[in-house]
Amino acid sequence: MARMKLVLVGNGMAGMRTLEELLKSAPDLYDITVFGDEPHPNYNRIMLSPVLAGEQTVEQIILNPREWYAANGITLHTGRKIVKIDRKRRYVEADDGTRADYDRMLLATGSKPFILPVPGADLPGVVGFRDIADVDAMISASGEYKHAVVIGGGLLGLEAANGLKLRGMDVSVVHIGDWLLDRQLDEPAARLLQQNLEAKGLNFLLKKQTEALLPRRSGLARDARVTTVAIAGKPAPTPRVGAIRFKDGSEIPADLVVMAVGIRPNTALAESAGLYCNRGLVVNDTMQTYDPRIYAVGECVSHRGIAYGLVAPLFEQAKVCANHLAEHGVALYGGSMTSTKLKVTGIDLFSAGNFMGGKGHEEIVFQDVGRGSYKKLVLKDNRLAGAVLYGDTLDGAWYFELMREHTDVSDIRDKLLFGRNHLGDSGHGDEKTRIMAMPDSTEICGCNGVCKGDIVKAIHEKKLFTLDEVRAHTKASGSCGSCTGLVETILAATVGGDYSVAPSKKPLCGCTEYSHDEIRAAIVENHLKSLPETMRFMDWKTPDGCTKCRPALNYYLLCAWPTEYVDDAQSRYINERAHGNIQKDGSFSVVPRMWGGLTNPKELRAIADVAEKFNVPEMKVTGGQRIDLFGVKKEDLPAMWKDLSAAGFVSGHAYGKALRTVKTCVGAKWCRFGTQDSTGLGVKLEQLTWGSWMPHKYKLAVSGCPRNCAEATIKDFGVVCVDSGYELHVGGNGGIKVRVTDLLTKVETEEQVLQFTAAFAQLYREEAHYLERTAPWVERVGLSHIKEKVVEDEASRKALAERFLISQKPAQVDPWKERAEGGQRHEFIPIAVIPA
Amino acid sequence: MNENWLHIGPLEDIPRQGARVVKTAVGEIAIFRTVDDEIFALRDKCPHKGGPLSQGIVHGKKVACPLHDWKINLDSGLAVAPDVGCAARYPVRVVDGMVSLSLAPGSAGVPAGESA
Ligand code: SRM
Ligand SMILES: Cc1cc2nc3c(=O)[nH]c(=O)nc-3n(C[C@H](O)[C@H](O)[C@H](O)COP(=O)(O)OP(=O)(O)OC[C@H]3O[C@@H](n4cnc5c(N)ncnc54)[C@H](O)[C@@H]3O)c2cc1C
Ligand code: SF4
Ligand code: FES
Repeated sequence: MARMKLVLVGNGMAGMRTLEELLKSAPDLYDITVFGDEPHPNYNRIMLSPVLAGEQTVEQIILNPREWYAANGITLHTGRKIVKIDRKRRYVEADDGTRADYDRMLLATGSKPFILPVPGADLPGVVGFRDIADVDAMISASGEYKHAVVIGGGLLGLEAANGLKLRGMDVSVVHIGDWLLDRQLDEPAARLLQQNLEAKGLNFLLKKQTEALLPRRSGLARDARVTTVAIAGKPAPTPRVGAIRFKDGSEIPADLVVMAVGIRPNTALAESAGLYCNRGLVVNDTMQTYDPRIYAVGECVSHRGIAYGLVAPLFEQAKVCANHLAEHGVALYGGSMTSTKLKVTGIDLFSAGNFMGGKGHEEIVFQDVGRGSYKKLVLKDNRLAGAVLYGDTLDGAWYFELMREHTDVSDIRDKLLFGRNHLGDSGHGDEKTRIMAMPDSTEICGCNGVCKGDIVKAIHEKKLFTLDEVRAHTKASGSCGSCTGLVETILAATVGGDYSVAPSKKPLCGCTEYSHDEIRAAIVENHLKSLPETMRFMDWKTPDGCTKCRPALNYYLLCAWPTEYVDDAQSRYINERAHGNIQKDGSFSVVPRMWGGLTNPKELRAIADVAEKFNVPEMKVTGGQRIDLFGVKKEDLPAMWKDLSAAGFVSGHAYGKALRTVKTCVGAKWCRFGTQDSTGLGVKLEQLTWGSWMPHKYKLAVSGCPRNCAEATIKDFGVVCVDSGYELHVGGNGGIKVRVTDLLTKVETEEQVLQFTAAFAQLYREEAHYLERTAPWVERVGLSHIKEKVVEDEASRKALAERFLISQKPAQVDPWKERAEGGQRHEFIPIAVIPA
Repeated sequence: MNENWLHIGPLEDIPRQGARVVKTAVGEIAIFRTVDDEIFALRDKCPHKGGPLSQGIVHGKKVACPLHDWKINLDSGLAVAPDVGCAARYPVRVVDGMVSLSLAPGSAGVPAGESA
């Protein structure tokens, strides 16, 4: 079958990213031809700033070398500008007459620097800051001339100024606004920035309006307005720019003028082809223009009235567009929220959202001029609407996430400004400074043994942009995930721009475009009741999912249809399939439940007997107040469980995303400080909750008094008994990142404790993302939301508790007993034994 | 090559998207069955640190090792990049719903089961 023809006009970042995404999911659908008017293959435009600053070379920033196009069967025409699109006959034509037919076309022509319409703007020595040619011009000027003037105190202007200064020029930045980066920063932060840049030797002329660019005065023509000197009949060469004059009449010398006052979507070609443009080439949510055969992405595009100028949103567009070009037809682009960073080494600033505030907004500000540090958070309706950080930007990603998730921050408002580290967490210090100062040999990912140097190297060599890519190439943060923040910081610092920006929506995994929440909602709304049905309905991209989505879907289905859904054992990790913890040599551990940590001689004797009978190599008292038997051969498990079951034990689910343990302390029965029967209550809570499948592991504890010997305030749900009743604490975590619980409420009776326990557990079960423990969940949705559903609204609490009890009926069947009686036999025995 | 086909058992004894182990004198061999009933045999030892591949989640034509989540291609035995390593393949076939296995290791590049 003949393949369709796809033509890409614009060999830049957005267009090429779309092709890469397309090749991943539909490598054979099209014959692809790419036209670019620059003489280079696709390169990382963002890195032009470090190239100008002499920190990188052009070779280092190439993203797709020519061999890449060849290897993927793509015809590449560089140095050729498309000047005509014939939509009737469906071909494009380049300035040298080259033609290419298309069935579908992708326009990604980027944007053009805006050149101020002042006299002299066309003189030699006046450049924009957009491509390699501009950078070459700047670098060669820096070798010959002294005075550089950058017009525009925005991100590009400052990066240009910084680079030229590092190349030895005297640099002045002219800016019409009252302060620098007026679209990214408020005035106090901008003043700090200006001070820092002045210390690096830059000059600033604020509130200055350019009137004209004046040509260089030669020795003969002292009047600047005399621009040409004819010599012997030859037309005189146009002289170079020499000075700049402002509206107030003042002048400064300028041998190089960089115009960085803004960009305009490059839509000339699209307009000439009659495609509808309105401050950008207009596209719908599938990135399609008004001509259904023509798609568009990147800075040339206007989506819902917005033209984006940063790569993170453009890459999101690329993903959606590729999905439609690949004829999957499910992804939609809903717009992006962007944040800003400046790539000037040694300067840290971050801004996002509405940071200027306004009516109905509140501001929280922290300023320490001595340390050069400034933070401003803008709140609206108890939600974060914007942020400006200067000096210490470590928490930028976190604020950005709170904005994206619309988290209610009223409960953490008093600590918000101090960052995530001050939020019930006692683990980590000032990470960023620490990380960037670390030697390359420092191990970042303890699980996979990946060092800082490995990560930096992979980012450079493989041109990685996102956390997912770093994971795929280095494995860093791919296992337990605790080093994710470190890896993101390294990524941001290495690539410069803020690529780690969270997309507006995170798909569950690479097999789908849909997020956790969308999938959960679809399962309920559309009565999807099996894995294949869900995958079919939601247009899964892979035939049977992956190790990320299958266990998640299995859980979501189980949670939605507790009494109907038939569990899919093949979509569970081995621990949950075999009901034990797999160990390094492939053997398993066995942890029987000991209710509330209580035990007695009969139970201990039974455990001892079992251990002897099956030659258990090691036993240990666990951190969860029970006994662990290690190194059990898989084939022995059912027989061992049979004995344990006969002695009255059930599985302790020490292996599951499920209720693990309920830790208790001595309590009122024996302890001289005990206020309530914490041990007895712990047993009741464990009987209520055991067997329940959860988004992640789930731990409870009950302490008999505020001395808190059961460590209830680092549990998912902790009860601290006091004289007048019971304090209920939620969202604690004692693991990788320690988080102390938040107080949910205080109640008076054991019955209430049981009801709140069930209701909170059910809310978590119904709302958290798979593999999200209560600690990050509480931080994501906000404690207020949880209080609303569990504390304030009694009807909601009762309904939640009731749904929990319904789910528990089928769940409280001991999986060990079932298997001891022959269930899932194939799991435990070889299919065949072939003697030697 | 001269395979000696060993009788293993009915295909239906291997769960779809799952695996079963065959114990042999040369060690354990995992027989995998994919969602569309293709079967593959690999030595039950992950090239990383020897994890039992038979216990992993089978998806597409890959299995994820249960210990540290390396993905291994079932048809080649090769680890999916960036990981590097290989689990030995064995020829395996289904005739009339019965699975049989050969202990002559499949040579690299030729999918197990097709070398007959
Ligand atoms: C056996 C035990 C250690 C011990 O000897 O005491 C243990 C053993 C394991 N823990 Fe744990 N944890 C044990 C108590 C804890 C505790 C203490 C507690 O529960 O009071 C914690 C910190 C508290 C908490 O969870 O908030 C703990 C935090 C972790 C974590 C980090 C969780 C986190 O949210 O950060 C992991 C990794 C994970 O779950 O991804 C983990 C994972 C593991 C695994 C399952 C690793 C694995 O995936 O194979 C270990 C299995 C070892 C094996 O071969 O059987 N274990 N683990 C404890 C079993 C308790 C029980 O009776 O069920
Ligand atoms: C110096 C600099 C620093 C930057 N720093 C950052 C940063 O830190 N973070 C960030 O997120 N973003 C940054 N950006 C912005 C980012 O580079 C752009 O958003 C991104 O490159 C836009 O991608 P695009 O594909 O839309 O356009 P481009 O990458 O510009 O690609 C468009 C291509 O199409 C070609 N073209 C146009 N018309 C035609 C035609 N008719 N025929 C053939 N070819 C044509 C152009 O020559 C160009 O090569 C920076 C940009 C610059 C210039
Ligand atoms: S038992 Fe827990 S802390 Fe100990 S090595 Fe295993 S996962 Fe790590
Ligand atoms: S042993 Fe298989 S991934 Fe480590």
